[in-house]
Amino acid sequence: MTTLLEVENLKTHFFARNSVIKAVDGVTFDLEEGESLALVGESGCGKSVTAMSIMRLIPNPPGKIVGGSIRFMGQDLLQADEATMRGIRGNKIGMVFQEPMTSLNPVLSIERQLSEAVQEHLKVSKSAAVDRAAELLDLVGIPGGKQRLKDYPHQFSGGMRQRVMIAMALSCDPKLLIADEPTTALDVTIQAQILELIRKVQRELGISVIIITHNLGVVARYVDRINVMYAGRIVERGVLGDIFADPRHPYTKGLLASVPRLDRPKGSRLIPIDGMPPDLSALPDGCAFRERCTYAVDRCATDTPLVMPVSSGVGHQAACWIADQDTDASGRPVGAAIDG
Amino acid sequence: MVDQSTDPSPALVTVSNVKKYFPVNSRGILQRNAQYVRAVDDVSFTIKRGETLGLVGESGSGKSTLGRCIVQLHKQTEGQIKFDGVELSTLGNKEMRTMRRRINMIFQDPYSSLSPRMTAGGIIGEPIEIHKLTGSSAEVRDRVEELLRIVGLNPYMADRYPHEFSGGQRQRIGIARAIAAEPEFIVADEPVSALDVSIQAQVINLMQDLQERFNLTYLLIAHDLSVVRHISDRVAVMYLGKLMEIAPCDDLYETPLHPYTQALLSAVPVPDPKVELEREHIVLQGDIPSPISPPSGCVFHTRCPIAVAECAMTVPPLREVAPGHMTACLRVGPDAI
Repeated sequence: MTTLLEVENLKTHFFARNSVIKAVDGVTFDLEEGESLALVGESGCGKSVTAMSIMRLIPNPPGKIVGGSIRFMGQDLLQADEATMRGIRGNKIGMVFQEPMTSLNPVLSIERQLSEAVQEHLKVSKSAAVDRAAELLDLVGIPGGKQRLKDYPHQFSGGMRQRVMIAMALSCDPKLLIADEPTTALDVTIQAQILELIRKVQRELGISVIIITHNLGVVARYVDRINVMYAGRIVERGVLGDIFADPRHPYTKGLLASVPRLDRPKGSRLIPIDGMPPDLSALPDGCAFRERCTYAVDRCATDTPLVMPVSSGVGHQAACWIADQDTDASGRPVGAAIDG
Repeated sequence: MVDQSTDPSPALVTVSNVKKYFPVNSRGILQRNAQYVRAVDDVSFTIKRGETLGLVGESGSGKSTLGRCIVQLHKQTEGQIKFDGVELSTLGNKEMRTMRRRINMIFQDPYSSLSPRMTAGGIIGEPIEIHKLTGSSAEVRDRVEELLRIVGLNPYMADRYPHEFSGGQRQRIGIARAIAAEPEFIVADEPVSALDVSIQAQVINLMQDLQERFNLTYLLIAHDLSVVRHISDRVAVMYLGKLMEIAPCDDLYETPLHPYTQALLSAVPVPDPKVELEREHIVLQGDIPSPISPPSGCVFHTRCPIAVAECAMTVPPLREVAPGHMTACLRVGPDAI
């Protein structure tokens, strides 16, 4: 397998009047061809900003990519000029956004919206672009695709609009599909349809997929690898099985323990993560999770942990000083100095 | 778990054959409302004192409308809603206002359900003042500080405005307001769905603690079936304004009988890849039909994997098929077709 995308030490900051908000602060990850990867985290962890940085869609001002590199198919996107980026966005990289109600233009027909990018990027005739649009609607499972081309977005339900968005993202045969919370606005039975669809097109077209989500359940069924983000950094990564069976970062453990599960009977008490995520404009020294972490040691307050391999699993890494130590039954590291 | 069939304790809330139709205005003047959105269509159930009933369903299922009917923010079109033996829709404004002390509501969106121009203390103290629960303003202030402490906030935060709080903290203020007048029954409409997962758990735990401490009865309206399983004693499933199934919590999750409940549960992802591999997934085809012209017979028959011709003609009645376990499906139960 060859590497399609390499993000290295990406830093995207937003400059407010009196402060700098470090939305993404040193994110490194890669993506193989044909692989599906999840960026998981809560609001404000930087997962969407990472995606927008890859697309070079960070509004400037106030935002700016202040460091790092993003190599896509061997080309550094951060060095590319705007014309080059226009040739990549919607062409080599397709993107699906969270809100299918507002991402489509309400006054243009589906045909117009679908064929526009095809005409622009693939330099084909109008009629060829319209044929392609009908083909795309069939691909994403909209019955009677050709008849629905003249319809407007309000004539489609939420789930159908999200299918149109996926069709649009796939219109120019991209190598990479980025789906930012693709099912958050949808009902659970429709969510299942959309996730199955993304999985199907990924396999049929052999493309790579990045799914951005806050829902660990979504990830458990549909991706190969996971990157867990917290406060602008990746705190743990690994293949699906390792992250769920043997989470090493206290934040990942906390996330898994705090969600109620459908397959668990009522009764047990949830273990929440105390406190709130830190203010991104005034990140503490050391580990950003320290103040909410039950395992924090002295070192966590002074040294920022780097992403390091942890004992189990291929490519299983975590940014935590105690993550590679064996833990006892309660999850506490054996032999580590614990304060408080 | 209380067995409904043998338990003699009277219900605190009784919902009988409740319908709520919203008129859809047709074009032109002097034209009568020709069509109705059948948001809630003939729903009956009871809630016992101290119990948590989970009410689940997708958007448009009518679960929020039903919740609002129960607290009389909407008047039902037909049917009875009794609270502690009193029919709510017959009460006058003044009597209803007194009744509201005993019934309260927690809303979904902690951003829009708090007045931005009132301090946290003002928001929480308002029900205390309206119901004249304390004498002096100093006493109101003491009570507000006590309530802030109960929901896990600092008493000094009483003078802050909603925008100074995070989403989770705002939801705590909404909960403090809901319990301020010491109600017996709380309708919680999607209380955690706007919150991040690590914060959700804090609010769920708080709601459980308060229930134990004040012997509260909850109607929990939610689309997140995992959250509902975690805190409900019984669960009711709605689809397109109809009640599809109602059962004790673990019964519903372990042996769902209605094909819609089965599909709904199988669609919820479980955060464990091993479990996910072994689970059966029923992916429903198509979208939820319009509640203006719902399908004939069983409203679910257009998406149902086991529907037969009869399902399009007969409205299935809600029948008890196991102790306390009721479902509305022609193809389930002893005389199933």
